Amino acid sequence: MKKKWLQGLLLSILAVILLAGCGKETSTETEKSENETKDVLAQIKEKDKIVFGVKNDTRLFGLKNPSTGEVEGFDIDIAKALAGEILGDETKVEFKEVTSKTRMPLLNNGDIDVIVATMTITEERKKEVDFTDVYFDAGQSLLVKKGSSIKRIDDLKGKTVIAVKGSTSAVNIREKAPDAKVLEFENYAEAFNALKAGQGDALTTDDSILYGMADEDPSYELVGGTFTEEPYGIAVKKGNTALVEELNKALKAIKDSGKYDEIYAKWIKK
Amino acid sequence: MLDFSILTDHLDMYLEGFKITITASLIALVASLVIGILIAVIRIVPFKPLNALGAAYVEFIRNIPLLIIVFFFFLGLRLDGLMAGTIALSIYTSSFIAEAIRAGILSVPKGQMEAARSSGLSYVQTMRLIILPQAFKIVIPPLGNQFINLVKNSSILSVVAGLDLMYQGDLISSRTFVVFDVYIFVAIFYLLLTIPLSLGVGYLEKRLAKSN
Repeated sequence: MKKKWLQGLLLSILAVILLAGCGKETSTETEKSENETKDVLAQIKEKDKIVFGVKNDTRLFGLKNPSTGEVEGFDIDIAKALAGEILGDETKVEFKEVTSKTRMPLLNNGDIDVIVATMTITEERKKEVDFTDVYFDAGQSLLVKKGSSIKRIDDLKGKTVIAVKGSTSAVNIREKAPDAKVLEFENYAEAFNALKAGQGDALTTDDSILYGMADEDPSYELVGGTFTEEPYGIAVKKGNTALVEELNKALKAIKDSGKYDEIYAKWIKK
Repeated sequence: MLDFSILTDHLDMYLEGFKITITASLIALVASLVIGILIAVIRIVPFKPLNALGAAYVEFIRNIPLLIIVFFFFLGLRLDGLMAGTIALSIYTSSFIAEAIRAGILSVPKGQMEAARSSGLSYVQTMRLIILPQAFKIVIPPLGNQFINLVKNSSILSVVAGLDLMYQGDLISSRTFVVFDVYIFVAIFYLLLTIPLSLGVGYLEKRLAKSN
């Protein structure tokens, strides 16, 4: 019997070592692929197509249309316009659906070339990826049921706030409302449903996304204005300065041509 | 190599999650065993309508994703994440446990029941004294499997903000942008639960085999 226990113990130690080894191997693998895919711009030109990482659950920005199966929104139209500038053809795009949690790993693995997914530019993220100029100015706000006692961020004391995992708003709200309890969910749909089910008193994220929710269900409203600045940027893998420059040029071009304003007016109705 | 600062910097979060995962698993383990036994009995008693009811429960519950059961309690009945997750986990696992126990009871040779009944024991006495003790031994390994699955399935709590180990892992990884190392530590915490459980089931199995 004693021997069996020893065997079990050895087995579990082995399992732990194997797992640890697993982590090590994968990190060297990513390093390797990092060297191989140093220049994403050259790759894009070669395959004549840009792979964009976009949201599929965010109303107004990137939302899957169930009848067509296509993702639609502000981010999608911006991505198409950018591809139009860089490759000369708006249809030379491929969209991969990402979440706040998966977009960075997918970018670093080379599964996507560019992230256009309501991603806020932050100092911390700048260490991991390279950002273009701001393509959308958002600010964090609160969504509550109409008639709620919460009118501004100070009213959150002792209340439960719903946020989305991996978003900057989840970090911000802990600083701005330290006495509130924060519950984090996988995506905006789940977060909004949790709010509707009374699992929290308010939902916090960028106003641009909250407008989409209030648009969907008019019994909810935004309160308290914005209490942060959330400049959205387009992200590429670290070290791809040529691609960033190309994207900035394209961004400027669509802003100058009025294309940007056209897309903005199409989706964002404040 | 593994970055241990991830573990030490967020130890309080890992431990908080570990505590919740243990609590949810223990409650679900006991509850699913009780419900599972009940359903197995309902499926076996010599009364057809009850049998059908038991079968309907098992087929319905085990053939839908656990996540949907969780959402039913979380969004439908509006229980909090921990409660909704634990109840859903208990119900989901109970359908598998009921099947394992029913299979165990059925695998006791028919002659045992016939012999006991013809020697004057009642149905309940036969079950209690002859059939169940024999079935118990047969059922231990599959039950062990279900309990291990239950511990791992408790990670479903992370989806409804149940504050469990996986939820904490999600939060740590979204704060630090580290994915692999964070979840490797999460896996090690799960192993701390599942390996002793495995060994315990193995030990019980050996002990019972000896008493044969």
